[in-house]
Amino acid sequence: MPSTKINDKVIRVDAVAKARGDAKYVCDLSFPEMQYAYMVRSSIPRGKILNIETPQMPKGYKFITYKDIPVGGKNELWMIAKDWRAFAEGDVRYVGETIGLVVGPDRNVLKYLKDRIKIEYEEETPAVSIDDGVNLVGGPIRDGNNITCELFCEKGKDMEEVFAEADEIFEETIETGFQEHVHLETNGVIVLFEDGKYVVYASAQCPFYIRKSVAGLINKPYDDIIVRQTTTGGAFGGKEHFPDVIAGPMLVALNVVRKPIKLIFDREEDMLYSVKRHPSKVVYKTAIKDGKILGTKGLIRYNVGAYLASSYVVLQRGVFHANGVYDFPNTYLKGEGIATNTFPSCAFRGFGAPQTLFAIETHMDHIARHLGVDPLAFKEAHLIKKGGETVTNGHIVEEVMLPEMIKVVTEASDYYRKAAEYKLGSGKGIGIAMYNHGGAFTGNGEQAIIKAHARLVKTGDNVDIQVGSTEMGQGFQTALRKIAAAVLELPMENISYDNPDTSKVVDSGPTAASRSTMIVGKLVERAALEMKERWAEGDFSTEVEYEHPDGHPWDQSTFRGDAYLGYGWGIACVEVEADKLTNEIKTVGIWSSHEIGKAIDELIVHGQINGGIMQSLGYASMEKLENRKGYFRQSSMSDYVIPTSMDFPKQEYHIQENPYEWGPFGAKGMGELVFNGASAAYVDAVERALGITVRSIPIPPEDIEEALKNVR
Amino acid sequence: MSAEIKFTLNGKKIVYNGDPLRRLLDVIREDLSLTGSKEGCGEGECGACSVLKDGELVTSCIIPVGACCGSDIKTIEGIRDTEKGQCIINAFAEGGAVQCGFCIPGMVMAAYYLLDRNPNPNEDEIRMAISGNICRCTGYDLIVESIHLAAEKGADLWQK
Repeated sequence: MPSTKINDKVIRVDAVAKARGDAKYVCDLSFPEMQYAYMVRSSIPRGKILNIETPQMPKGYKFITYKDIPVGGKNELWMIAKDWRAFAEGDVRYVGETIGLVVGPDRNVLKYLKDRIKIEYEEETPAVSIDDGVNLVGGPIRDGNNITCELFCEKGKDMEEVFAEADEIFEETIETGFQEHVHLETNGVIVLFEDGKYVVYASAQCPFYIRKSVAGLINKPYDDIIVRQTTTGGAFGGKEHFPDVIAGPMLVALNVVRKPIKLIFDREEDMLYSVKRHPSKVVYKTAIKDGKILGTKGLIRYNVGAYLASSYVVLQRGVFHANGVYDFPNTYLKGEGIATNTFPSCAFRGFGAPQTLFAIETHMDHIARHLGVDPLAFKEAHLIKKGGETVTNGHIVEEVMLPEMIKVVTEASDYYRKAAEYKLGSGKGIGIAMYNHGGAFTGNGEQAIIKAHARLVKTGDNVDIQVGSTEMGQGFQTALRKIAAAVLELPMENISYDNPDTSKVVDSGPTAASRSTMIVGKLVERAALEMKERWAEGDFSTEVEYEHPDGHPWDQSTFRGDAYLGYGWGIACVEVEADKLTNEIKTVGIWSSHEIGKAIDELIVHGQINGGIMQSLGYASMEKLENRKGYFRQSSMSDYVIPTSMDFPKQEYHIQENPYEWGPFGAKGMGELVFNGASAAYVDAVERALGITVRSIPIPPEDIEEALKNVR
Repeated sequence: MSAEIKFTLNGKKIVYNGDPLRRLLDVIREDLSLTGSKEGCGEGECGACSVLKDGELVTSCIIPVGACCGSDIKTIEGIRDTEKGQCIINAFAEGGAVQCGFCIPGMVMAAYYLLDRNPNPNEDEIRMAISGNICRCTGYDLIVESIHLAAEKGADLWQK
């Protein structure tokens, strides 16, 4: 068999097994004597638990609560902080907070029992929106105020001085809503004992995160806990930290029940009681002089929900992307994560960047329209370049290829002709947006926090990749095997890489932050190079540790320096037509270009681009998730609508190569980048078609109707 | 309540004794251990549990097994080793249609149903045929192209 080259067209290694229905997801697994569990959850957003009345439990059935946490265990899950409790204790802080688990052999009996557990509360007034949280509605949720995390960064002169110099000041507030991941496979976990060890099978992105999160809860060393990732049916950030919230209580139950236990969420549970994308409210006050932006002051607030989860890092990424792809001489950006009584917000593809990137692109469009200039030309005049200073006083290290990409996309879409021809409010509109995404963990996080490892094991002519990174649909199993094969000059068939088991592989860090190909792929490339040199030695293994490239200063205490080691860059263009009678928006064209360093596999990248852009268009147009008084109003796939094959037309895409020095074969992260900008392009197109100003997404038809009333 | 229900599944005679209101999907997945059909939504919206019932494409999560008396049911396990099934599966793999894969067995069923009736569908017909199958990963383009590919590659098969 010929060896695999990096540019070869290959068949995804997991495609056939998945298409045949052979791949086993956690819901497909069962074990002897397996018991089932259902979660008993808080039915109110905020209050004290006065009493829990439990029915007589039949033999073999248990109701597990915080009282069952083993001696020495603490009622906490360790994500970034240790604030999220495994079980509610004394009070509840959001609808859906875990109070306990009913466990037993028969699911019908469990449902019957679950409905008969009566919880008496003393209800308190919940804070639901960002404004509620800021205004301390119902009193502070924690720590005296509701700001759970905050940061600022500044560049250039003091903004008061800048405002004094300005010809005019343009101020507006832009908001984004909740978004639900809707990975087609819902969350699920199976726990069991194996040779005295606590074993977790989970649909999850980060097996090592689960192990770290639950160890203190069950008071066991890491070595006593084994996490095995099962084939994961989509995640998008929804399975980054959230599996901890299921695995923790399940392990407490396992310790009592001592038999395998399975818990799979149904769709309604997954919609109502899982983490979401942070709603945001961004206020920009921008100084303009001689038709250019002198500087901007931004207040960026994210709705964190009741616990911190990953929100501080999400907020940082939001702030660091709040000037988009532009180089304003002066900025002051302040971020605040606001506690509320909603389900904790957590990771979702883009991790805080999509909110501010939507806000800044839309703000730029509005300023351009206010000044009477073409939005794209206005944006081009402010583009950041190689060496340009970022909002954290770091510098852009790569050549910024956006000017070339603008050319590609405007030609493919015939942007300039259409932009001139389609008059404001004519029913036709074309919109364009640019964006970037910092690859991997913020600042020196890869070095200071993760310290990723990768190991290759050679047996004869076969090589096994042993890393903790996971396949969740993004194509990583294929990309990683391809990298190893191309370096070792072997056919891809000789390389194996299974779903990780924490007892067998090394910790290569979480599968998040678009870091897997860029960081872990590079580690595998290095390990493979070493292996290739020593190939004649027989059977052996190589293991490498992350090395931070020189010349990237970062101070995590002040957030100054190079926030990211490199960025992916993107441009998306969307054309729409509005129905004259109903104002329903039909998208008629989608074009994009993405600079990702180098595509390890073009077909996989193509699929990521299509899927990311589609999610972004759903985010802007139809995915409305409302929370009233602490309760999500949409609970199924018929009322929370995501795009079908009929909603958007075929996309045209372009990949811009620009090899990245520290990535495998020149590759950078790309999984999140492709989500970051189509929403703003869509809104730009809709604004032009209808002559309206949009300051909040999503904008389903009923909201468009409302906006049009304001114009008329 | 218990009843005896006889039906054919992937060519095999099945005698089911039990609650006729149980979902066909649960009987397939749990009693018969055929886990290729997936539950995505449980309300007939997403198509991950699609099977063929007497030749029609249905969502097995909203069909009570009691409604299957005398029916001929085909799941992904019943078509994946047939020539037509292989043609679609290979086209999906080659065309990059598969990402997380959870919706894919249902998509394969929808593609099979389409190509069996319309051997040479255009893009709109393909999009319509999979409009009841939700995918969150791919944005659909590569699934649509893969179905085209299956139509092309299996030209003779689909004319039969």
